[in-house]
Amino acid sequence: MNLDFSPEDAAFREEARAFIAQNYPQELRDKQNRGEDLGREDYLSWHRILAKKGWSAPSWPKEFGGTDWTPTQKYIWSEEQARADTIGILPFGVAMLAPVIYTFGTQEQKEKFLPGIRDGQVWWCQGYSEPGAGSDLASLKCKAERVTGDDGKEYYIVNGQKTWTTLGQHADWGFFLVRTDPNSKPQAGISFLLIDMKTPGIEVRRITTLEGGHEVNDVFLDNVKVPVENRVFHENQGWTCAKALLAHERSGIAGVARSKRGLERVREIATTERSDAGGPLLADPFFKRKVAELEIDLTALEFTELRTLAGESSGKGPGTESSILKIKGTEIQQRLHELALEAVGHYGAPYLRDLGHNANIGPDYAEGLAGDYFNGRKTSIYGGSNEIQRNIIAKMVLGL
Amino acid sequence: MDFSFTEEQSMLRDTVASYLADNYSFEQRRDALRAEPGWRPAVWKAFAEELGILGAPFSEELGGLGGGSTDNMVIMEELGKSLVVEPYLGTVVIGGGFLKHSGYAGAADMIASIIGGETIIAFAYAEPQARYTWQDLKTTAKKDGAGYVLNGHKAVVIGAPYATHLIVTARTGGGQRDAQGVSVFIVPKSAKGVTTRDYPTVDGFRASEVTFENVALGADALIGSEGAALPLVEKVIDEAIVATCAEACGVFRRLHEGTLEYTKQRKQFGQPISQFQVLQHRMVDMFIQLEQSISMTYMADIKLADSDHERAKGASAAKVQIGKAAKFIGQNAIQLHGGMGMTDEMAIGHYFKRATMIENAFGSTDHHLARYEGLSLGKAA
Repeated sequence: MNLDFSPEDAAFREEARAFIAQNYPQELRDKQNRGEDLGREDYLSWHRILAKKGWSAPSWPKEFGGTDWTPTQKYIWSEEQARADTIGILPFGVAMLAPVIYTFGTQEQKEKFLPGIRDGQVWWCQGYSEPGAGSDLASLKCKAERVTGDDGKEYYIVNGQKTWTTLGQHADWGFFLVRTDPNSKPQAGISFLLIDMKTPGIEVRRITTLEGGHEVNDVFLDNVKVPVENRVFHENQGWTCAKALLAHERSGIAGVARSKRGLERVREIATTERSDAGGPLLADPFFKRKVAELEIDLTALEFTELRTLAGESSGKGPGTESSILKIKGTEIQQRLHELALEAVGHYGAPYLRDLGHNANIGPDYAEGLAGDYFNGRKTSIYGGSNEIQRNIIAKMVLGL
Repeated sequence: MDFSFTEEQSMLRDTVASYLADNYSFEQRRDALRAEPGWRPAVWKAFAEELGILGAPFSEELGGLGGGSTDNMVIMEELGKSLVVEPYLGTVVIGGGFLKHSGYAGAADMIASIIGGETIIAFAYAEPQARYTWQDLKTTAKKDGAGYVLNGHKAVVIGAPYATHLIVTARTGGGQRDAQGVSVFIVPKSAKGVTTRDYPTVDGFRASEVTFENVALGADALIGSEGAALPLVEKVIDEAIVATCAEACGVFRRLHEGTLEYTKQRKQFGQPISQFQVLQHRMVDMFIQLEQSISMTYMADIKLADSDHERAKGASAAKVQIGKAAKFIGQNAIQLHGGMGMTDEMAIGHYFKRATMIENAFGSTDHHLARYEGLSLGKAA
C-alpha cells in the first residue's frame, strides 16, 4: 500500500505538463480568463491539438486511437489538465458515443464515425431525455417507423421530441434513443440511432437556463428520414447500448482534479475577501470550517477514486463505484459553487451577461460565480439523478 | 501507486478472522465481559502463541513478523468486526510505537516480552482538565538524583486493569500547557505509589482512574528525550488514530451488514422493510460513509510514513471522516432496527456503542477539524 509514482510516471507527468504549456492556445486562454462564452471552434481547438498528439481519446482501445495509458497515467493527465485550467474535451463523442460504437457497432460504423470523433471534426449531441422521460428514461416515446424508401433502401421515419440536448446548437450529428416497438416492455422496444443533424425535419430550439446561458436545447423531429445502416446494434436492443453509455458517462464524473483546482480558487478568493472581523475571510471560524470540511470530503473522494482505479488496474472492471463517485463528486462541486458565491458577498449579485465582459463591476473573480452556482445545480440531476444513483447502488451493490 | 495488500497481510487477515469466528462470538464476548476479570487472558495467549500477531508490526531482528502500520490496520479492522476488547491497540500499536520510535535502551527486551504476550501496556495520557490537549499536564515527574518522582492523576486509562505496565505522560518542566517540558515514562503497574480505581466502560472495555503518589522511577523509566517528547507523543497518537480508524471500519461494516440483513427479514405492511425506498437510500448513504471511511483510513495509513505535517493532517482528516460516519452509520443502524435496535440482546447496539466511543477517542470530530484547519489553512488565514 503506497502512493509512490514510478520514475516512468514522473517522466510522463513532466511530458504532459510541458505539452500543455507549449500547445494550449493563447487565444482560448484569454477568452477563459475574460469569462467569455466559448463558441464551437473554441471548444474544438484544444481537442484538435490533442488529436494531433494522439491524446484526444486516452480511454479508447489502442486500435481505434487510444493511448494505452495505465490508470495512474490517466489520473496524472487529468491532474495536469486541471492544474493548467484547460477546457475539457467534450464528452458526447469521445466518452459517451465512441464506447458504444466500438463495443456494439459494425465495422463500417467504426470506420465511418470513430475518426471524426477522435479528431474533433464532428460534433455529437445526445438525444436521450424527453419531456415525459427523464429519470424514467425507458418510457421514452420518440417513434421510429421502418419504411422502404423510393430508392428501394430501408429507412426509419422518426417523429418526436428530445430535450436537455447539451450544446446541440453546435452539433453535426446526434445519437438518439427511439422507440421501434411500441407494443413490447418499455426497455425492449428501443433502438439506438445515429442521425445527421442536417437532415430535413430537425429543429433545435434554445432552452435558456436560469443563469441566462444557452447550453441545452429541445430537439424536434418531424418525419426525419434515417438510413437503417445508422442504427447501432440490433433493432429493439438499444437499451443495452444506453446502459453501457450511462456507465461511461458516470465514470469520469467525480471530477477530483477540477474540484481541487476549484478549492484552490475558493481559498484564493477567501484570502482576499474580508470577514466581518476585518481579517481575511479564510480566518473566519465558520467559513474556515466549511472549507476544511470540504477539503476533507474531497480527500475522501480522491482516495475512493484511487481505490477504484487500483481495482481497475488489477483487473476488476469499472463497477458500481461510479455511482458513489457521481453522488459525492457532484455534491462537492455544488458545495464549491456555494462557498465561492458566499465568499464574494455583495458582488455575487451583479448580472453582467448583457453588459458584456470587463464591465469593471466588483472584483474580477466574482463575475460568473452566481451563474456557476445556478448552472451547477444540474450536476446532481444529469447523468442519472443522484436519487437514481442511490437506486442503482441499492439494487446492484446492496442487493435490495 | 498501489492499494493492494501483500500476500502476508491477506494471510494475516484470514488468520485473525478465522480465529475470531471460532472464539469470539457475540455470546462468548458477552459472557467474558460480565465475568471477572472482564477480558480473556486465554485469547491474548492465543494472539501471542497460536496466531503470532503480537509481533506483526515489529522488525524481524526484534523477533517480529517484519510488518508495519498497514499490518496493524489489517488486524485492527478484524478486531473491530468482533468488538475485541483485548489490548492490541494499547500494547502493540501504542506501547510498541513508543518503544520503536524513541530509541529507548530497553526497547528490544520490552518488545520481545510484548510479542511473547507477557507485557501488556496501557497508555495513561488523558487528564481530567485537559480534554484533547495532550501537553496539558498536571502530572509531574520531578528529578530526584538520577531518577524521578511521579505525582498525578490520569483519567480513563483504557485497559489499565489488564496492564502490566503504564506509559505515562508527565511534565518535567515548563508550565501546565507548554509544549516544552513534556516527558514520557514507562511505569510498572506494580510500582509503589500507583493506585488504580477500576471500572467498566460503556463499550465493554475495562479502564481505570490512575493515581501516582510519589512513585520513584529510575532513569531507565524515561522514554524519549526529557522535556521534548511532545512530537513523539503526537506521532504515536496519530498511529493510534489510524489504527482506531481501521477498527472503526470493521465496526461500520458490521453495522451496515447487520442493518441490511435485518431489513430484508423484517416484514411490515406485508413486505420486507428493505423494499421501501426511503430505507434503501438511507442504507446507500450508510454504505457511502463506510466506503469513504475505508478510503480515508488507507490514505492516513499511507501518510504515516510521510512528514510530521502530512502525517498529522492525514490522521486528523481521517478521524473527522470516521467521527461523522460513526454517528451516521451508528444512529441509522439503530433507527432501521426499530425497537430491536434498542435492546441489549442484539449485537447491533454493542457495535453502536463502540462506534460512538471511537467518535471521541483521541480527540472528537471538532478537535480534529480544528487541528486540520490549523495544519491546512493556518498559514493562509
